[in-house]
Amino acid sequence: MYPEGYRYTKDHEWIKVEGSAATIGITDYAQQELGDVVFVELPKVGAEIKTGQSFGTVESVKAVSEIYAPLSGQITEINSALSDTPEKINQDPHGSAWLVKVLIADPKEANSLMDAAAYQAHIAAQAKGHSS
Amino acid sequence: MISKPANTDDVAATVRKAGRHVNQNEGLIFEKSAPGKRGMELPPLDVPAVDPDEALGNHLTREAIQGFPEVSEIEVIRHFTRLSTWNYAIDLGMYPLGSCTMKYNPRVNEYVARLDGLATEHPQQPAELSQGCLRILYDLQKCLLAITGMDAATLQPVAGAQGELAGLLMIRAYLESQGNPRKKVLIPDSAHGTNPASVVIAGYEVQNIKSNARGQIDTDHLREFTTGDVAALMVTNPSTLGVFEERIAEIAGILHERGALLYMDGANMNALAGVARPGDFGVDVLHLNLHKTFSTPHGGGGPGAGPVMVKKILEPFLPVPTVVQKEDGRYGLDHNRPKSIGRVRAYCGNFGVLLRALAYTLAYGPGIRQATEDAVLNANYIRGKLEDVFDLPYNLPSMHEVVFSDARQKKNGVNTMDIAKRLIDYGFHPYTTAFPLIVPGAMMIEPTESESKEECDLFIEAMRSIAFEADTNPEIVKTAPHSTRVARLDEVAAARKPILRWKLE
Amino acid sequence: MRYLPKSPSERKEMLEAMGAASIDELFQSVPEKFRLQEPLPLPGPLSEMEIIRYFQERAAENARGYTSFLGAGVYQHVRSVVTDALIQRGEFLTSYTPYQAEISQGTLTAIFEFQTLMSQLTGQEVANASMYDGSTALTEAVLMAERLTGRRRVLVARSVHPEYRQVLRTYAKNLGLEVEEIGYGKSGQLDSTALAKERLADAAAVVVQSPNFFGILEDVPALADTAHEAGALLVTCIAEATSLGIVRPPAEADIVALEGQAFGIPPSYGGPFIGVIATREKFVRQMPGRLAGQTTDGEGRRGFVLTLATREQHIRREKATSNICTNEALYALAATIHLCLLGKEGLRELALQNLAKARFAQAELEKIPGVRRVFSGRTFNEFVLEFPRSVKLINAALLREKIVGPFVLGTHYPELTKRGLVCVTETMPRGEIERLAAAIGRILQTPL
Repeated sequence: MYPEGYRYTKDHEWIKVEGSAATIGITDYAQQELGDVVFVELPKVGAEIKTGQSFGTVESVKAVSEIYAPLSGQITEINSALSDTPEKINQDPHGSAWLVKVLIADPKEANSLMDAAAYQAHIAAQAKGHSS
Repeated sequence: MISKPANTDDVAATVRKAGRHVNQNEGLIFEKSAPGKRGMELPPLDVPAVDPDEALGNHLTREAIQGFPEVSEIEVIRHFTRLSTWNYAIDLGMYPLGSCTMKYNPRVNEYVARLDGLATEHPQQPAELSQGCLRILYDLQKCLLAITGMDAATLQPVAGAQGELAGLLMIRAYLESQGNPRKKVLIPDSAHGTNPASVVIAGYEVQNIKSNARGQIDTDHLREFTTGDVAALMVTNPSTLGVFEERIAEIAGILHERGALLYMDGANMNALAGVARPGDFGVDVLHLNLHKTFSTPHGGGGPGAGPVMVKKILEPFLPVPTVVQKEDGRYGLDHNRPKSIGRVRAYCGNFGVLLRALAYTLAYGPGIRQATEDAVLNANYIRGKLEDVFDLPYNLPSMHEVVFSDARQKKNGVNTMDIAKRLIDYGFHPYTTAFPLIVPGAMMIEPTESESKEECDLFIEAMRSIAFEADTNPEIVKTAPHSTRVARLDEVAAARKPILRWKLE
Repeated sequence: MRYLPKSPSERKEMLEAMGAASIDELFQSVPEKFRLQEPLPLPGPLSEMEIIRYFQERAAENARGYTSFLGAGVYQHVRSVVTDALIQRGEFLTSYTPYQAEISQGTLTAIFEFQTLMSQLTGQEVANASMYDGSTALTEAVLMAERLTGRRRVLVARSVHPEYRQVLRTYAKNLGLEVEEIGYGKSGQLDSTALAKERLADAAAVVVQSPNFFGILEDVPALADTAHEAGALLVTCIAEATSLGIVRPPAEADIVALEGQAFGIPPSYGGPFIGVIATREKFVRQMPGRLAGQTTDGEGRRGFVLTLATREQHIRREKATSNICTNEALYALAATIHLCLLGKEGLRELALQNLAKARFAQAELEKIPGVRRVFSGRTFNEFVLEFPRSVKLINAALLREKIVGPFVLGTHYPELTKRGLVCVTETMPRGEIERLAAAIGRILQTPL
C-alpha cells in the first residue's frame, strides 16, 4: 500500500528522493482523513521550502490541511493538473497526484524520515487513538 | 438497551410532528424575467428631467443592466412566498441548535421597530431631534448592565464576533496604558471559531489550552500558561458543553494576580440571565449576542448585535461615541473620548436590533429569571429522557444545553450528521453537529425556554425513534433526509467548481 | 408570561420526571455566592400595549414632521410595502443560517439571487452574501487586498466617508497595517498627482469611494491603471448604491465594498444595514463572508448550498479570512426583493429621478447670493455648497422651520468651513426644495 521507495513524515507527507531532486505528495491516509479534495494551494516555482514549515494547503469541504515540507529545498515544478482536477489526490495520492518537485538542499535529511514500515506503524497507532 | 418508541411495531415511528405537504416549485427570479414587466412604479418627476450623458458625461453613464430582473409585483410576491415555504423556521418548531438560543422572536418587536419616527431617523440628524432614539439606547444599556452586573457598555458592535474584537481591543488598550500590551490570548479548545479568529484580528497570538477530563478549564494548566505574556483568557460560561465553570472565581483570580483579564463570550447567557451576573464572578469584559439571549430574529443569518459590557477599568477605552445622559437629563453621544479604541462601525450600531432587544427585556422585566429557568428545565428534561439511548461524554450538570455524542450509533456506521439529517424527516431542524471540537461526534442540543412540553416530548420521541432506527435499520438514517425538496446536496462539486451567480446566456 | 409555553403543572410534571424537587436544584452548579437572591431591578414587565406605548412615546421625541436634506452615507429612498410583507414571513424572519441546506433552500436561493444582483450592479464577477455594512465591508476589503498582495500599506482618499476611515483605522492599528491618506483636488476627486510612483511602490491598494463623501464621482478606470502599474489593487466603495442605476459600475476595480442601505433599507438611526464585497473570481478564496453556490442533489435536482466554507471562522478558526459569523441576511433579502420590484427599468428611472432632483436643487440654491458650488467634478444626488456664513448657524435657523439642513462638512474636514453637503433624492417634493431655497435665502438676509 505505501510505496517502499518513499519516505514519510508524521504529518502524512511522502517524499521520493532521486539524487538531489525529490517529489512530494500527501499520503493515502491523509486523503482519507480529509475526504473529497476540492482545492489545492501550492507555492510558485522558485519558492523556497523549509523543513517542517507549511508551504501549502489541501482543502476538502469541511477541513483544510497544511502541507509541511519534509525537507528544505527549492520548488522546480508544481502539478498544475491539480487545479482543474483536485480529486486526483483522492484517486492516486502516491502517483499522479504528486504536489511539487523540488531541488533539495541536503539529500541526507531524508534518512531521518520514516520508511514505509515505520509509517504504517505510525498510522496504525493513530487510528487506535481515534476509535476509542 | 434501546427502547422502542411509543407507538410503533417493528417499523420506524409514525412521525407525529410533520406530515407530507405539497410545496410549490420555483426557479430563479431571473428565469421569470421578460422585457417590459415592472414591479414598482415611481411617481412622475416634478422637476425637469436631465439627460444623464449631459449631467454625468457619457463616459460615466451606463445602460440599463442586462440580465437584471423584469417582473411584476405579483411575481415577486409569489416567488419569495414560494421560496419561504422551503425553509424551516422557529415559527414552525424547535431548533435544538446548541449555543444558538433559537427562541421565539416576539412580534411586537417587529411592530415597534417599524414605527414612523423610529425606522425613519437619520443617524446624523441633530441630537436634539433624536432624543427618542438615544433614550432607547440608554435604557437598553441600563438593562444590559443590570443583567450582567457590569459598569459600562458599548452598543456599537453589530455581531458577537465584532463584540469579541472590540472587547479584545479594549483589553489591549488597557494593558498598553499599563505599559505592556502583552502577546497572547488563551482560548479553551472547546471555544467557538470566532474566538480565535477575533484574537488574530486584534493582533494577538492564540494559545490553546486543553479542557480537563470534566470538560472544564484545567486550573493547573491555566496557572502554568498564564505567563507575563498573556493578555487574557476568553471563556464561555456556561461552556459549550452547557456546563457552568465551577472554578470561575479561581480562574479569574489566577488571571488577575498575573495582571491578565478575563473575557467572557456571552453566547450562553440564556443560562444565566436573572440567576447570576458575570460581573459578580470576576469577568472584566463580555459581549452579548442579542440575536441569541435577547430574542432578535436570526433572519436567515443576520442581522445581530454584539454589545460589550465592561468593568470600570476598561471604560475609558470604549468605542466612540458612547451613549450618555447629560446633567439636564437629555441624552447624547459622547465623542470626546481620547482613550477610545476608535470606531468599530459607522454610526451607533444596529439600532433596529437594539430596539428589539429592549422591547424583549421590557416584556419580561424582573421576571426574566423565569425564562432562564424554563430554558434550563427544558434542557434537563430532554437530557433525562435521552440519556439511556445516547452517549453522554461528560456526566456533569447541564444548564441550558446538553451535549451527547454518536459513540453508540457509530457502531452501526451511523454518525451525528446522519442522525441530524434524519431528524429533519421527523419535522425538526437538526441540533448542532460536530461542535464543540472536544467531543468527537458531538450532538449539541439547546431547546430554549420557548418550547412547550409538547414540543419537547415530540423531539424526545423523534430522537428515541432515530436511535432505534440506528440499531435496526441504519440505512434509513444514513441516507436521510427522505422527505425534503432536495436530497443531500453535492457540496464537493459546489466547492470544486463554484457557481456563485446566475449568468445571462 | 406570554412567551413561555408552560403551565405551572407542566413544570411540576417535568421536574418530577427528572427527580428534581425544585428548579433551584438545576442551578446547583452555580456557586451559591453567585446565585442572585433578589429579582433584577429591571423596568417592566410590560404588556404588549404598554410596550407599544413606550416606543410610540420615543418616536414622538425624534424628527417627525421634519424635511431632511441629509445624505452623508444614509439615504431616504422609496420603499415598497411588499418588502416588509415578505421579510416578515416567519419562514424568512425566524429562520437560521442555512447550514442545513435541505431545509433552507428558500434562504439559499434568495442569497444566490442577491449575489447575482450585486455582481450585475457592480460589474464584478462574484459577490458575497453580505457583511455588516459599508464601513466594515470596506475595512475587510482592505484587509483582503493586503492578503492578496502581501503588502502592508494602503493609500486611502480623504474623500472616503470619515466614519468608514475611522473603522478602517481601528482594525488596521492592531494589525500593523499602515493607512496613509491622500487629499482631494479642485474637482473633489482624489488628487492623483499625489499618487506618485514612490508612494505606490509598496502599497497594497488605492482606496476610493465613488460617489465620494462630497458626492463627486471618481475616475475609476484611470485610478485602476495607476494602481495596477505599481502592482497595487484598486479598492472602491459605494455608499449611495442607487447611483449604480445610472453611473458606470467600477468594473476595473479589483475589490468593491458596497453599502446596500439605499436598496430599500430604512435609515433606522444607523442600522441594521448591509455591506457587500464584490470582486474578481480569481480572488474569491480570499474574500470573507458567506457564499451560496449552485449544485445538484443525488437525483440531479438543482439546489444551493453554502460553499467555500474553509475561508470562514467555524472551520479555519485563527487562519480564517475574517471573524465574521452573523451577517445581515434578512436585509440582503430585503434588498433583493426591492431590486426585483424596481427591476431593470425601474432602477434606472429611480437613478435618473435622483439626478434630476439634485440638479434642480443645486440650481435653485446657487441662485441665492453667496451660495456656490465648491467642486467641479460630476455628482449624482449629493453636492457640496459654500455658504457665506457658518452652516451650523444656518441649520439652527432651518430647524425652526422644520428643515434639517446640509451636513456640516467642517465636522470632519476642518479646512471646509462654511461648506455643507446637500442630498436630494427622488423622495423630496419640488415644493420642499423650493422651500429650502427660500428659507436659506431669508436666513442669509437676516443679520447675524
